Amino acid sequence: MKKTIIGALVAATTLFTSVGMSFGDLLVPVMTYRVGPFAANGTMNANGFVDYLTMLNERDGGIGGVKIKVEECETGYKAEKGVECYESYRGKNPLVHTPNSTGITLQILAKAPEDKTPILTMGYGLSAAAKGETFPWAFNYPTSYFSQMTSILKYIDGETGLKGKKIGFIFLESGYGREPIPVLEQLAPKFGFEYFLLPVAGKDAQNQSSHWLTVRKEKPDWMIMWGWGVMNPTAVKAAIKARYPLDRFVGNWWAAGDVDLAPVGEAGKGYKGSTFNATGTDFPAVQDVIKYVVSKGMTKTEPDGPGSVLYNRALWNAALIAEAIKTAQDITGKKEIDGEDMRLGLENFVLDEARLAELGFTGMVAPISGSCKDHEGAGAAFIQQWDGKKWVKISDAIPPMKEIAQEMLTKAAAQYASNNTGWTTQTCK
Amino acid sequence: MYFRETGQFKSKYKEELAAFPIFEDKIGIAIAAIIAFILIPLFGLPGLSYEFTISAVMIPVVIFTITTLGLNILLGFAGQISLGTAAFMGVGAYSCYKIMTIFPDLNALICVVLSGVVTAFVGTIFGLPSLRIKGFYLMVATLAAQFFLEWAFIRIPWLYNYNISGAIEVPYKEMFGIVLTGAKSEPLTRYFVCLAFLVVLTWLASNVIRGRIGRSWMMIRDMDIAAELIGVRPLTAKLSAFAFSSFYIGISGALMVFFWLGAAEVESFDINHSFTYLFMVIIGGLGSITGSYFGAILVWVVPVILKEYGKSVFGIDAFIMENFTTILLGVVMLTILIVEPHGLARIWQIAKQKLRLWPFPY
Repeated sequence: MKKTIIGALVAATTLFTSVGMSFGDLLVPVMTYRVGPFAANGTMNANGFVDYLTMLNERDGGIGGVKIKVEECETGYKAEKGVECYESYRGKNPLVHTPNSTGITLQILAKAPEDKTPILTMGYGLSAAAKGETFPWAFNYPTSYFSQMTSILKYIDGETGLKGKKIGFIFLESGYGREPIPVLEQLAPKFGFEYFLLPVAGKDAQNQSSHWLTVRKEKPDWMIMWGWGVMNPTAVKAAIKARYPLDRFVGNWWAAGDVDLAPVGEAGKGYKGSTFNATGTDFPAVQDVIKYVVSKGMTKTEPDGPGSVLYNRALWNAALIAEAIKTAQDITGKKEIDGEDMRLGLENFVLDEARLAELGFTGMVAPISGSCKDHEGAGAAFIQQWDGKKWVKISDAIPPMKEIAQEMLTKAAAQYASNNTGWTTQTCK
Repeated sequence: MYFRETGQFKSKYKEELAAFPIFEDKIGIAIAAIIAFILIPLFGLPGLSYEFTISAVMIPVVIFTITTLGLNILLGFAGQISLGTAAFMGVGAYSCYKIMTIFPDLNALICVVLSGVVTAFVGTIFGLPSLRIKGFYLMVATLAAQFFLEWAFIRIPWLYNYNISGAIEVPYKEMFGIVLTGAKSEPLTRYFVCLAFLVVLTWLASNVIRGRIGRSWMMIRDMDIAAELIGVRPLTAKLSAFAFSSFYIGISGALMVFFWLGAAEVESFDINHSFTYLFMVIIGGLGSITGSYFGAILVWVVPVILKEYGKSVFGIDAFIMENFTTILLGVVMLTILIVEPHGLARIWQIAKQKLRLWPFPY
């Protein structure tokens, strides 16, 4: 009996063993969540990221002739699991960490300078990491939550004006959701608008009826959402139920993916979201991923994955890392780089229009360059709208309110540094 | 087969009262201590990277053993059900953070002990309903504590010093020139601190339980009316159980954030964690100190090690391993509870009986 059980276990595990694991010398770790309440979004993020680097291995034989090894670690979007994952990469020379969660970022942020491995949190993480002089090891290209919130407010200002308006801010009650509140605090008196907060606890993500009752009572002119996972479609559905006009409801870039609105479908028409990457498969980079990876079945991606918001964003995230690796190789002259070289790469890469065209990203994302001082790039966000089936771009790039955002970022960075005695900083030329 | 209790004659009362009266037990404890204090810090676990072993396996399991011990005192020895364990760990963590930031020069270890005292106080307050209600009703009352405290950790920004992220961060602390907390500290230092706490707290628990207070807890557990008639005061017995248990849980919460995670949000103290700790106690064995160790090891270490082996040795996808270990743990729990409802501690006891010299195994 015992032997049968053990035999069955062994058989089951070998069945599950994935084929085509790539072993190379450039270890790019990525923390993903394909299980748990945020799995729908997390799977997209994971697939895009892994697929792009696999494509580079297939098409170009890696970067600079060295194969890339992508190592996934499952976190379930739980912070402790993130720490476990972080430890599991130790000693394997990881190049750059991609925690894919603001909560995990906060926990590993302090360890990065000690372990000499940079962290790139693309469009999430601690906003203050934008300040390169205070956070030499953390990056959040192409833009931070603070900058994004100012972009969204600017958009609202352009539509109806902000003065005398009431804004409801509904957010996932976590480090992620709370991140942009200081922007509202600061800007409300300046622009003369009112705001109220609707925190949604993670466990209540699917039960927002009380929040939307408040919305009915308060009658805000605009609603802004910092949501994630199952909270997003629930919020849009609840907004429809509460008869809230969807074209006055703007999600941030993590609350405006295809997986979020697909369950709502036609009814969600009009809902807006901010983003920093275009959707669709018309870009050469996406085409290459389809050609070399997806169509060959070397991935877990479903055929409709490429082109969607989160998938394309994850491609962009991986592409930026790949470019930084290449830059690091060029600067140091080494083929096999380490975390410290990678940090230089992340501060010195140049992705201008010409380079984006070479990579096949023209029109999908805005050009960006690394910098020592500015680890965010203060990139613009634009607004897209759900037409019942897909996302349509409806605004031009809206640059953030730079002075305001920068001032707040400096303050937040200084606060972090003063809370952490002995914090490692750097001076930029 | 190997030993028997009889024949090891004691000539003094002191020997009779020793924690481990049997010679073979002493050897067993010595082996466990050598593994925990010397072998693992020197060599780690086979097949896992050294840093991973210390930081992701050993430190958390030591901390969770303290939690399990604390909960076991309340649940196993005093018979009071609590579902607020994770929230009480949160009290420990947040109070430790407040103490550290209010008194920046205070030694980190003192901060941890003080946070245990704060948690004991909070635990006593939430233990007050136990004087009037029992069983399931008490469980609901502690559930209220869980939700209230979770709410407090989010909505009272004073607790996290008005940090924008809402998370508590670990300040840099050192003692005798050794960095204890913060990102600069060595995992091994943090491991030894946690282990030292575990040893001291285990020693304390085993002696308190053997003493008058522990016996009064067990009397309350077994039959509270009879206990009251004999002269045990339910007020002191129940509240002291809550205080003592919360003291342990608070210390483990402070250790968890300051010696393991490095930063924490309220998410680390949610109800799911409370259930996990409850599983550790039940699987390990109610009312058994050894069981607390077994439970924490089974529930924490086995999945982590399996996942890591699955990934590095067999090359299985991370998320498949995650699902697989969840399923496996569920099956193991069910099996243990069906085969031996008294948990691993009871299995251990049976195994020990089987190891007795013939004709004593029965």
